Amino acid sequence: MTSPLTPGIAAGRLPAEEIARNFADLHPAYDDHEAQVAADRCYFCHDAPCITACPTDIDIPLFIRQIQTGMPEAAARTILEQNILGGMCARVCPTETLCEEACVRELAEGKPVEIGRLQRHATDSLMARQGHPFTRAPETGKRVAVVGAGPAGLACAHRLAMKGHAVDLYDARDKPGGLNEYGIAAYKTPQDFAAREVEWLMGIGGITWKGGQSLGRELALETLRAEYDAVFLGVGLGGVNDLGVEGAERDGVTDAVGFIADLRQADDLSALPVGRNVVVIGGGMTAVDVAVQSRLLGAENVTIAYRRGRDRMGASRFEQDLATSKGVRIIDNVMPVAVHGNGAAVEIELEYTAERDGRLEGTGERLRLPADQVFRAIGQSLVPVEGPEMDGRKIAVTGPGRTSLDGVWAGGDCTAGEDLTVVAVAEGRDAAEDIHARLTA
Amino acid sequence: MADLTTDFLGIKSPNPFWLASAPPTDKEYNVRRAFEAGWGGVVWKTLGAEGPPVVNVNGPRYGALYGADRRLLGLNNIELITDRPLEVNLEEIARVKADYPDRAMIVSIMVPCEEAAWKAILPRVAETGADGIELNFGCPHGMSERGMGSAVGQVPEYIEMVTRWCKTYYDRPVIVKLTPNITDIRKPAAAAKNGGADAVSLINTINSITAVDLDSFAPEPTIDGKGSHGGYCGPAVKPIALSMVSEIARDPQTHGLPISGIGGVTTWRDAAEFMALGCGTVQVCTAAMTYGFKVVEEMKRGLSGWMDEKGYRAVSDFVGRAVPNVTDWQYLNLNYVTKARIDQDACIKCGRCYAACEDTSHQAIDMSPERVFTVKDDECVACNLCVDVCPVEDCITMERLPEGAVDPRTGRTVSDEYANWTTHPNNPMAQAAE
Ligand SMILES: Cc1cc2nc3c(=O)[nH]c(=O)nc-3n(C[C@H](O)[C@H](O)[C@H](O)COP(=O)(O)OP(=O)(O)OC[C@H]3O[C@@H](n4cnc5c(N)ncnc54)[C@H](O)[C@@H]3O)c2cc1C
Ligand SMILES: Cc1cc2nc3c(=O)[nH]c(=O)nc-3n(C[C@H](O)[C@H](O)[C@H](O)COP(=O)(O)O)c2cc1C
Ligand code: SF4
Repeated sequence: MTSPLTPGIAAGRLPAEEIARNFADLHPAYDDHEAQVAADRCYFCHDAPCITACPTDIDIPLFIRQIQTGMPEAAARTILEQNILGGMCARVCPTETLCEEACVRELAEGKPVEIGRLQRHATDSLMARQGHPFTRAPETGKRVAVVGAGPAGLACAHRLAMKGHAVDLYDARDKPGGLNEYGIAAYKTPQDFAAREVEWLMGIGGITWKGGQSLGRELALETLRAEYDAVFLGVGLGGVNDLGVEGAERDGVTDAVGFIADLRQADDLSALPVGRNVVVIGGGMTAVDVAVQSRLLGAENVTIAYRRGRDRMGASRFEQDLATSKGVRIIDNVMPVAVHGNGAAVEIELEYTAERDGRLEGTGERLRLPADQVFRAIGQSLVPVEGPEMDGRKIAVTGPGRTSLDGVWAGGDCTAGEDLTVVAVAEGRDAAEDIHARLTA
Repeated sequence: MADLTTDFLGIKSPNPFWLASAPPTDKEYNVRRAFEAGWGGVVWKTLGAEGPPVVNVNGPRYGALYGADRRLLGLNNIELITDRPLEVNLEEIARVKADYPDRAMIVSIMVPCEEAAWKAILPRVAETGADGIELNFGCPHGMSERGMGSAVGQVPEYIEMVTRWCKTYYDRPVIVKLTPNITDIRKPAAAAKNGGADAVSLINTINSITAVDLDSFAPEPTIDGKGSHGGYCGPAVKPIALSMVSEIARDPQTHGLPISGIGGVTTWRDAAEFMALGCGTVQVCTAAMTYGFKVVEEMKRGLSGWMDEKGYRAVSDFVGRAVPNVTDWQYLNLNYVTKARIDQDACIKCGRCYAACEDTSHQAIDMSPERVFTVKDDECVACNLCVDVCPVEDCITMERLPEGAVDPRTGRTVSDEYANWTTHPNNPMAQAAE
């Protein structure tokens, strides 16, 4: 029997039932009464700060009032008109740095209205009935290629389809959803929610799914521009940054995003191998997600090693606390120097850091931690797309996602802006509106 | 500890908290438990005449109005008077009174508007040893259709007549319970006084329909697809009850007539407010029906705690103290000028004051792009709406302009002289101030 103490990288460190329990819903759904009580706390602010804080500008006080008056499905419409992935966003948005941070009750008493959970209550109520809430406008005869079926591409495709355009939705993967399907932590979206949501979204009609087609391999941008009236690129960040230290090629040193994708697609989590001593390099949401999920799978020791101070971590305070509550240790102000071992990783060597004049430097003091699995979570990067001009490491856009190429729009993680699901949705939606305006001009 | 002992019409009770005539006082079992829980007195559930008792509906009797978190703000009922035989009630009353001599035991009565009916029941009630009676002229549903309850309470002449009968055939205190379903509460109160009543109690319940079922299109509570108006009570009716109490307390015709205050008393504070407006005792129904008999403990502790703080040793020290401050609008001081002030440290920037004032008042609040809200003194009419809608207590307050200051709205210098509408130049009926 394997256990958390089994050396190396091994599957089944915990009994299957325990793993299943560990991966249950992080924020369980409200029942009707809880939702009513939570909704009653909203002050219906004038020009509400939460709306401003939401990248998709959902009219939050309005939808909460609709819940309060016993109309959660109507509330869901208010949400979905602005954000068709409102169900996913309710689960994955770092609300503590978005709407809930702006909530006046956060200022007043440190306890914001639980906007995320209320949003989930509304969208769940509506989706429980399946059926699609919106109807498609009559066919316009215009065709749009959307490349990338993550949140940006899905939001764009849905809005275009709703306006009556015909959308071909391309993706390199076999399943649509992007990081909703392959990236988001499993306990934020259990019960196959990502796939169910995409299926529901497609209920608008007019979207043709074309999986397993990769731009740069099966598809060429120039061909798409010739064949379609418009093209939207929502290809996300397919590359992962390397560690660039001695021993980084050893077995056991893996990319966090790939590991999470395997985890999200695993039918049986107790068959998924994880290390006994896991060290995660990075400080963002990916780092927290891989660390927490490693613990939940049964890793004995999990450490996040971040090169700057805790306050600079990309992961919010809430995410950091979640990690530590699951038994993850966070060491800040350290950077990796080498991965030691004999073939496979056994130990990681870190060096303490200090910031001098804004520059990060090693202090010379080092420490070693046992590590049979090292996750790289130091950021993803854009796999270059041939054609549009770049802005640094992302596709350059102006206004609502217009690239330098006529008839080509882009949005989501592959363009500048915060890498969040909700931001991707907003950009996909806004590009769709701009495309629609152009196509119907 | 302040002394809560109450003497109302010579009836002593250990505290002023009585249970109103209603389901909590319906039978021996309840009343014994109420006394054990500490209630100062009870008004027994209304008795009817000898003979087959009334029957109640067998479907829902209550409808509710809720606030946040299903907090019961208002309750509506279509229950009638006691549906148990008269003899049973009388025997129980006698037994309980004998066991609890220190508690007030009042018997509520409603019999047809005929002298014989009252003459028949009163001696039997007297035999129980109860401390007094309360005439139920208030019940707004069911009984009123049979010419009793509020059907009597709405006709001052009947009130006077029946009260007189009771004073003739019964030698202990007679309290007349008034219905609020009337235009001017002073009329029935004066009638009761003229008939010789020792006190009035008010309010009974208010005609109401709490809701309409939007599937069946029937009023609630619904009995087989139909509904009837019921009587409304609970926290929602308190403001109406306070106003009616105050009218009786300050009217020269009824001033000094003892009052037992009823309607929405839920906490010690509600009780103290009724008492400040002249009530010697308060009666409680809905709060007990919502939270059980134990609520009286909060009321007792709260009231005596407040009395200690204020230095009142007996309830009589503050009963009626607010009455002189109830006046007519025309006597309010028009030279009292205030302006809203927003405490920027307490402000949480919800903007409700802005929405309220901008959309529905006087456009007197400015909102900066940074969501800083400030009052424009040259527009503020001091209506207080912003204070009422602000979710933070004491964040917005009304500050009085000192004498000599100029009110930027009117351009007038504030005077510390009292001046009211009766002397105002805009008043066509104004008389020159002496
Ligand atoms: C581990 C992890 C956890 C995260 N957790 C959160 C979270 O909790 N909350 C949150 O708000 N955000 C989270 N994020 C960020 C969020 O997932 C992204 O910001 C969001 O998914 C971006 O959407 P997108 O549509 O731009 O890209 P993606 O979701 O990455 O979708 C891009 C799609 O394009 C496809 N594609 C890529 N290249 C090609 C090509 N050449 N040809 C065809 N198709 C291509 C991909 O297969 C993919 O389906 C997380 C990210 C990661 C990595
Ligand atoms: C179910 C119910 C039955 C009542 N029955 C009587 C009654 O028989 N006689 C009476 O005088 N008042 C009756 N009342 C009115 C109460 O005594 C009391 O006047 C009213 O409820 C207001 O007080 P509250 O707000 O504390 O409930 C009844 C009230 C309720 C809720
Ligand atoms: S008191 Fe009335 S008029 Fe004055 S600021 Fe407040 S809401 Fe406006």
